[in-house]
Amino acid sequence: MSEQTSPFAEQAELTPWDRVQLARHPQRPHALDYIFALCEDFVELHGDRRFGDDAAIVGGMASFAGRTVMVLGHQKGSDTRENMRRNFGMAHPEGYRKALRLMHQAEKFALPLLCFVDTPAADPKKESEERGQANAIAECILAMASLRTPIVATVIGEGGSGGALAISVADRILMQENAIYSVAPPEAAASILWRDAARAPEAARALKLTAQDLFELQIIDEIIPEPPGGAHAEPQAAISAVGERVRAHLDALTVLDLPTLLQRRYAKYRAIGRYQEAGEQLLR
Amino acid sequence: MKEFFRRTRKSFSSSQAPEPAQIPDDLWVKCSNCRELIYKKELNDNLKVCPKCSHHMRMSAREWLGLLDVGSFSEMDAHLLPTDPLGFVTPEESYADKLKKSQQRTGMADAVIAGVGSINGAWLALGVGDFAFMGSSMGSVYGEKMARAAERAADLGVPLLTINTSGGARQQEGVIALMQMAKVTMALTRLAEAGQPHIALLVDPCYGGVTASYPSVADVIIAEPGANIGFAGKRLIEQIMRQKLPAGFQTAEFMLEHGMIDLVIPRSDLRETLARLLRLFAGRTRPASSPSPLLAAYVNGRV
Repeated sequence: MSEQTSPFAEQAELTPWDRVQLARHPQRPHALDYIFALCEDFVELHGDRRFGDDAAIVGGMASFAGRTVMVLGHQKGSDTRENMRRNFGMAHPEGYRKALRLMHQAEKFALPLLCFVDTPAADPKKESEERGQANAIAECILAMASLRTPIVATVIGEGGSGGALAISVADRILMQENAIYSVAPPEAAASILWRDAARAPEAARALKLTAQDLFELQIIDEIIPEPPGGAHAEPQAAISAVGERVRAHLDALTVLDLPTLLQRRYAKYRAIGRYQEAGEQLLR
Repeated sequence: MKEFFRRTRKSFSSSQAPEPAQIPDDLWVKCSNCRELIYKKELNDNLKVCPKCSHHMRMSAREWLGLLDVGSFSEMDAHLLPTDPLGFVTPEESYADKLKKSQQRTGMADAVIAGVGSINGAWLALGVGDFAFMGSSMGSVYGEKMARAAERAADLGVPLLTINTSGGARQQEGVIALMQMAKVTMALTRLAEAGQPHIALLVDPCYGGVTASYPSVADVIIAEPGANIGFAGKRLIEQIMRQKLPAGFQTAEFMLEHGMIDLVIPRSDLRETLARLLRLFAGRTRPASSPSPLLAAYVNGRV
């Protein structure tokens, strides 16, 4: 699968842990790099109107490929200082509630929603628990489940657990070649499974978190190739490739009438899961 | 069959299910909270709530069925069996082996029991998690059963009750497990269209991807006293984030104080509270004497 999609044969040799490193590369382009390069007239909108403004999630209105869209993304920093400010892209409840506000605004004004996913996980601190992290994520998932506008989500780095899912329930899920999407960060999964975070590379392999794995598992719709060496090696090329594919998917979605769009979104998620339906007689 | 939950005639009734095998047949049980020795029969008569310290002990999914009217429960989707979609093998144990062991130990196919039943004559669709089965982690079978329960409630025009306990998403099913959060939540939109409520009961412990999805957007959220409920586990917050946690952090009472749930209800009052809510949602002052024809046909067709 990956061989077909990737024109870069040398990258097919990368291990899942190599991909994790590439997905986390500090010089990798982040959400705002994509938004500024791909959109015009971006106006960032701030705050959840309830508690505060979370720098780990950015969002706002912009013009993309000739139409007004709402953009949302987890925002990591490129250096330690910015990462402190952005909380390493780990959103707080107020970040998800800002996202929720902008989702509803997108629906209200019939703006397609473009999401850029790049987070290790939702913020797991005491204060986030107190402010209802679980509820904030759940509200976003519920809103996206039936949001009456097309949604295209692109994983541009790390897609980590519920924190990533909260802004990626979408009509199309795209992943860059070296992006990862995981039920939990590999370190956390290793800690849960074996009580040993040092076994993260092993967990990364077992979790099937690469774009190639997830395409084969039919979770994502498309793998977007990256330049040789990864997105950070040639950011402009990586960003353009994403823009082109997002535009193509958005074009395909905007011609659908709303009931069809929502029906397909329902069917898409409803079909995810692998189980066996044994004959009833086996029970008795 | 043991009369497991008969505290008073009108409160919890006995479950029609056999007593689960994992409960040891000892006469005395030690309370995991106050360490007092309790006569097992006394504990069971008290709905597995410690008579000394009121600690609410965990119950199996089968035991929770005792919340329903006697004989009203019909199990659905019991034939859904888990698979190993990722081929998850580690040096210690493969997922396939872990599933097999959990199935043998609990007598369950996976962590959820689903079906329809009634409380005080009011019919509902039900999904119950069982912590003894791999920490009631949410994988494909869990997600599918809960999603079908929500769709069934929508189709039958009855409320949905979910009883939730979980360590979170099942790591061994990777992103497929994560996506179950979206799948079950998606199914809830059908329930909302049908105008039927989702009542979520959170019992100890409930964490991660389960707390962060369908139960947290329920119309009414009830928790049991002292239940540990949260998104990130306490061990993670203390050891990785290096934060000190106050006493009572992430308890049901903490959740109530922070506005995240509606009610904290002791187990002894649970059935009555649910009956009252179901009456209110049904907009009638007395419980229906019989299920709707569609529901009756549905139940009869499956039993």
